[in-house]
Amino acid sequence: MTATTSAPTRTTTSHLSPRLTAATAGRVLRQLRHDHRTIAMMLVLPSLLLGLLHLLWQDVPTPPGQPGVFDRVGLTMLGIFPFVVMFLVTSIAMLRERTSGTLERLLTTPLARLDLLLGYGVAFGLAAALQAVVTVAVATTVYDLEVVGSVWLVVLIAVVDAILGVALGLLASAFARSEFQAVQFMPVIVLPQFFLCGLLVPREQMAGWLQAISDVLPLTYAVEALQEVGSSATATGTMWRDVGIVAGAALLALALAAATLRRRTS
Amino acid sequence: MDAVTVTDLVVDRGRRRVLPGLSFAVPAGQVTGLLGPSGSGKTTLMRALVGVQQVRSGRVTVLGEPAGSPSLRGRVGYVTQAPSVYDDLTVRENARYFASLYGMSAREADAALADVGLTAAAGQLVGDLSGGQRGRASLACALVGGPEVLVLDEPTVGLDPVLRVELWERFHGLAAAGTTLIVSSHVMDEAGRCDRLLLLRDGELIADSTPAQLRADGRSQDLEEAFLNVVRAREVVGASEQGREHRSEERARSGAPRGSEPVSRA
Repeated sequence: MTATTSAPTRTTTSHLSPRLTAATAGRVLRQLRHDHRTIAMMLVLPSLLLGLLHLLWQDVPTPPGQPGVFDRVGLTMLGIFPFVVMFLVTSIAMLRERTSGTLERLLTTPLARLDLLLGYGVAFGLAAALQAVVTVAVATTVYDLEVVGSVWLVVLIAVVDAILGVALGLLASAFARSEFQAVQFMPVIVLPQFFLCGLLVPREQMAGWLQAISDVLPLTYAVEALQEVGSSATATGTMWRDVGIVAGAALLALALAAATLRRRTS
Repeated sequence: MDAVTVTDLVVDRGRRRVLPGLSFAVPAGQVTGLLGPSGSGKTTLMRALVGVQQVRSGRVTVLGEPAGSPSLRGRVGYVTQAPSVYDDLTVRENARYFASLYGMSAREADAALADVGLTAAAGQLVGDLSGGQRGRASLACALVGGPEVLVLDEPTVGLDPVLRVELWERFHGLAAAGTTLIVSSHVMDEAGRCDRLLLLRDGELIADSTPAQLRADGRSQDLEEAFLNVVRAREVVGASEQGREHRSEERARSGAPRGSEPVSRA
């Protein structure tokens, strides 16, 4: 029988703590590590899907002087995959915290709500970085995807997109009462952003009101940032602004998710 | 000194009034049993003590501070009825994560696992454990924080009798070291193991007593029978006082405070 009734290191406050954020990120990554199939799917699936797109447009002729369709679409998909995957993974993970009772338990510990959410952001952000490195490497070597700018900027944008996906997933899970609902938030939140991001129809050709909606959707800026990297050898101001907007949107969504996470429930 | 004081606590869940106005105190450094049938409001009351239950009115004070205060979160441990640990982590990883939230080391996490007899299973995934082992893993994750107040919701359900006795010895060991324990149970044979007893029925406090006192009041050495006698005696008193039931219903609806009543001595 140990009697650890008081220890000098005990935490009594519930402010944001880098130590607790890191502990939570480590825990989430450890959970992921025990799930080998999920890791394999996370790392390999985007590359396989990109390969399918590569085969689809391989023999489609391109007008001289213009980038190939695969170069344009493939590059954009490098930002969209991590966003969609991390949105889904996070909303399910958070719902599991809720239904297993671990969320309620965490709320009785010194862990601040934002620590928990940032922990998820850090963990899945790291997973996304690994995913992006693999996907970008495969795309540029196996599928000969042409990127005029630095591939590391593509990885950076993919990670920021993933964090946006995590943040929106955390926010959406606050409104989901069941797994069925959580899964259906994906089309609600992801598809309109995908339709209006400028990939299917260039933004200039959209109706004014659709363009206005597109202007306030964060994925639009992620896609624009990738297009900047795809067409310009050095990082442009527009690209950095776009990355800032996506990161800001992610932080806003995290703050909203923390605000909607109630400590006391009925 | 009282570790917990509850004054006129009223809790609604949905349209149902679960706790119509409870008042009692829990002395520090003792094992207080919260007994009553399923649905009597035990879990709701425990959630109010740890500050995750929405409360309609009344006051809950733990260690001199309002329940759920940030400064209490490192000092109060809570073990939910369903084990709230991560199925996809090993027992040790769970214990270490909760240890880090309380500012405790990995060594203390291992000590907590030894305390609940899970050292041999430390490397196993929680999802692969039996129900009883899972419950003990959940308990270890609360013990590791070295809480001053430990709230345990039916911790011995599904355990074999030997383990049950061991756990109760452990609880008394913790109490001897100064920890205040509040342990719920729906089986009366565990009541005899508590220092103090709170008997709950339909959200009302039937008795705030000790096992010895309950035996005397209920005129039986068998605590279950003594409990029944006390309940019957109350009902006789209730029927003879015309309209008492009606008035109490009215009070319950209006949310007026209603103190705990002394055990009736019929």
